[in-house]
Amino acid sequence: MDLSFVVIQALSGLASASALFVIASGLTIVFGVTRIVNFAHGSFYMLGAYMAVTIVPWLLQFDRSPTLFFVGVIASAMVVGILGVIMELVLLRRIYKVPELFQLLATFGVVLIVQDVVLKIWGPVDITGPRAPGMRHGIEILGQRFPAYEMFLIFVGPAVLGLLLLIMHKTRFGVLIRAATQDREMVGALGVNQAMLFTGTLFLGAFLAGLGGALQIPRLPANTGMDLSIITEAFVVTVIGGMGSVPGAFIAALIIKMLEAFGILIFPKITLVLVFLLMAVVLVVKPWGLLGKPEVASGRAVLPEGILNLKAFTRTEALVWIGLAAALLLVPVFGDTYKVKVGIEIMVFALAAFSLNLLIGNGGIVSFGHAAYFGVGAYAAGLLVTGPLKAPMELALVVAPVAGGLAAALFGYFIVRLSGIYLAMLTLAFAQITYAICFQWVEVTGGDNGVVGVWPSRWAASREVYFYVVAALSLTTILALRHLFYTPFGYTLRAARDSATRADAIGIDVKTHRWLAFIVAGAAAGLAGALYSFSKGSIDPTMISISMSIDFLMMILTGGIQTVMGPLVGTAVFHSVKDFFMPLTDFWRFFLGVSIIAIVLIFPKGIVGAIDSLRERMGRGPAPQPKPAGEAA
Amino acid sequence: MAPLLSVSGLEKRFGGVTAGKNVTFSLDAGEMLAIIGPNGAGKSTTFNMVGGQLKPDAGSIVLAGVDITGKPPREVWRLGVGRTFQIAQTFVSMSVVENVQMALISHHHQTRAVTSAATHLHREAALAFLARVGMAEMADRPVNELAYGDVKRVELAIALASEPKLLLMDEPTAGMAPKERTALMQLTSDIARAHGIGVLFTEHDMDSVFGHADRILVLVRGEIIAAGTPDDVRSNQRVKQVYLGEAGAQAALKARRQAVGAH
Repeated sequence: MDLSFVVIQALSGLASASALFVIASGLTIVFGVTRIVNFAHGSFYMLGAYMAVTIVPWLLQFDRSPTLFFVGVIASAMVVGILGVIMELVLLRRIYKVPELFQLLATFGVVLIVQDVVLKIWGPVDITGPRAPGMRHGIEILGQRFPAYEMFLIFVGPAVLGLLLLIMHKTRFGVLIRAATQDREMVGALGVNQAMLFTGTLFLGAFLAGLGGALQIPRLPANTGMDLSIITEAFVVTVIGGMGSVPGAFIAALIIKMLEAFGILIFPKITLVLVFLLMAVVLVVKPWGLLGKPEVASGRAVLPEGILNLKAFTRTEALVWIGLAAALLLVPVFGDTYKVKVGIEIMVFALAAFSLNLLIGNGGIVSFGHAAYFGVGAYAAGLLVTGPLKAPMELALVVAPVAGGLAAALFGYFIVRLSGIYLAMLTLAFAQITYAICFQWVEVTGGDNGVVGVWPSRWAASREVYFYVVAALSLTTILALRHLFYTPFGYTLRAARDSATRADAIGIDVKTHRWLAFIVAGAAAGLAGALYSFSKGSIDPTMISISMSIDFLMMILTGGIQTVMGPLVGTAVFHSVKDFFMPLTDFWRFFLGVSIIAIVLIFPKGIVGAIDSLRERMGRGPAPQPKPAGEAA
Repeated sequence: MAPLLSVSGLEKRFGGVTAGKNVTFSLDAGEMLAIIGPNGAGKSTTFNMVGGQLKPDAGSIVLAGVDITGKPPREVWRLGVGRTFQIAQTFVSMSVVENVQMALISHHHQTRAVTSAATHLHREAALAFLARVGMAEMADRPVNELAYGDVKRVELAIALASEPKLLLMDEPTAGMAPKERTALMQLTSDIARAHGIGVLFTEHDMDSVFGHADRILVLVRGEIIAAGTPDDVRSNQRVKQVYLGEAGAQAALKARRQAVGAH
């Protein structure tokens, strides 16, 4: 490896780091002030690129000058900034006070809406942008040619960093941003116009995302997958750098991109694993990232979002559930093939969703990446059956939950060290890494196409028989998991969720218990994934995608995370509706996004939660308003 | 007889701020020891070092012959230290009795049990602890529906459930009405004396301190400036100057009159 090659590699690493920083800085600033992790930040980035491929070529018609190119880039970023303001006014303003699970979901709803809007306006085909005038040549460096535009990008990052620091330290707006990042309540108490501050912050954040996107157009065609691909990277940068810290984001972007630039020379296939290792090490040593500060605990004991009081089934409830189970088991007798297929899928997803609610509803562990364990189970089973081993289905169904549990053990080890929003982002990042591995490791996993020929053993080959295989495994596992909620272990998880301080002060090792719960939930999801892959006959990366994780979250939310059985109802309703509507419209993502936001805003307790409160109202007059157990002294 | 708790030479700094400087004291079984001092004197710091929430920079903490310095809270608890918090920490999604059951489940190393249901586990024992703090009738109420004074009692029951040797109470009466305060402090001192439990508490309410403590430590800027019986501390000139001020001195006087009146 000669020197010139090392230099070129370093320079392209710097250029990528610079571009990534511009985007991540916006995310971290918005989080610092509003405490909302904005999924839609990736959408702003994508919109920036699409705006630029529309505006810039139009401007260049008048004069192919570098000035007009950058006017176009800035104008695109401005438009995106204004979209950010609209999002703040219409949506974010209503969700500053809701639990972070709902905030994340609501902003993901925006991601889905933007995806379909972009598809409608710009179409599914990638759009290549113009090259930057005056920067189309290469620069000679140690005998190698290096693109001038890349050279220019290297300076953009530090320039943006400098400007941001200037704004942060020299303007009133910037000082307020820093103050709010440190103590939001205090800034409010001092009489600062919070509404203006938040709107302004969203403008700045969306502007930076849009700028990042617009600057990409000479390097990367605008495409519909940009939003989710960048958001994971931006999450990783903000988590490593410390959420809310702009210099932290700069350092993190630099480390990650240099690691990738040189990692690719040493381990070409596993740069992702390197990034994963880096994140894991940083978070174990500094749980709040390189330059981040611990989240300030509110101190007050607020009623957590999740299962509140566990009641045993009443006789009627038990009868209703037995009746439902019986009706389900009769589906293959009376139903057609389509109903049997939907029945299988509902049972499989119900198992995954139920295991997720053990973490979220009972443990307060908000996992945004449950699809990882579902997917690991699916891939483990699928690859065992189709790979060189040609193992039978029975073995695969045993190995899959073990694989899911092992993945959960590995990721969970790091995840349970964090809490709140950091924890949620780490679950998502791990899931995305798993997704990327399955997507990129083409020789083994078949990449984008996946692997076909994942069929059940001969005796279970008919849909009807396989239905009963799924029913037996998923229903018994669900019953076993339900039992877990009521055991001392389940209570311990809930105790740790209610007050980790109190749990610690009565001898409970909170992290270890959470870790065990994570493994159990991962194993159950792994089994569900395997059952799903045999029902589809194939495996592919969509089983691990963010959308899959979000679907699981939507299932438990539709049913209500305050109840034990809610996720089952939620899965049945959500999956049937989705299965019915998806073929009818090209805009199902748009509708899904709108329904997510609707659920968060008007229906946060889900169906079973709503039924419960209705019953309470009918039975015992108005339900008592829950009040916080303690007040700050 | 060796003291139940002996703390010696504790040091703690936060950046440039000294929150603890050569803090040395001891506490006997059945004794009520109060730590008082102005805001920022290092009361909570001392407290959290004994409870394991903070690691001291130097010094040692020995409980009944066992060195507990720097051990995490859950281990400190297993060695016999129960605690209550300035802002009550309970399991808000559970009923009153379940809160105490939870402590008992942990005490019996059953937090990973998955065979039986938790609702009936140690229920009788939990009810007995609730009876001790006068909360037995509320056993099946959700803890988040209780008045704050009652929440504090539940917290006391949780802390007692492991049969601790030492009870740490950080501002036990904060946020309570005056009447509730006296009741809670009386209850605590009765239990402490009946069961030979040492109680270390911090408090802003001077009535509670001078009315119920056997001994008082006065902490100012991380240092103990006075220690002794309430009478000693009351008459200590330095304490009067730097800490009690006029209002404090009057409260002390009032407490003494009441104490004399009671005899």
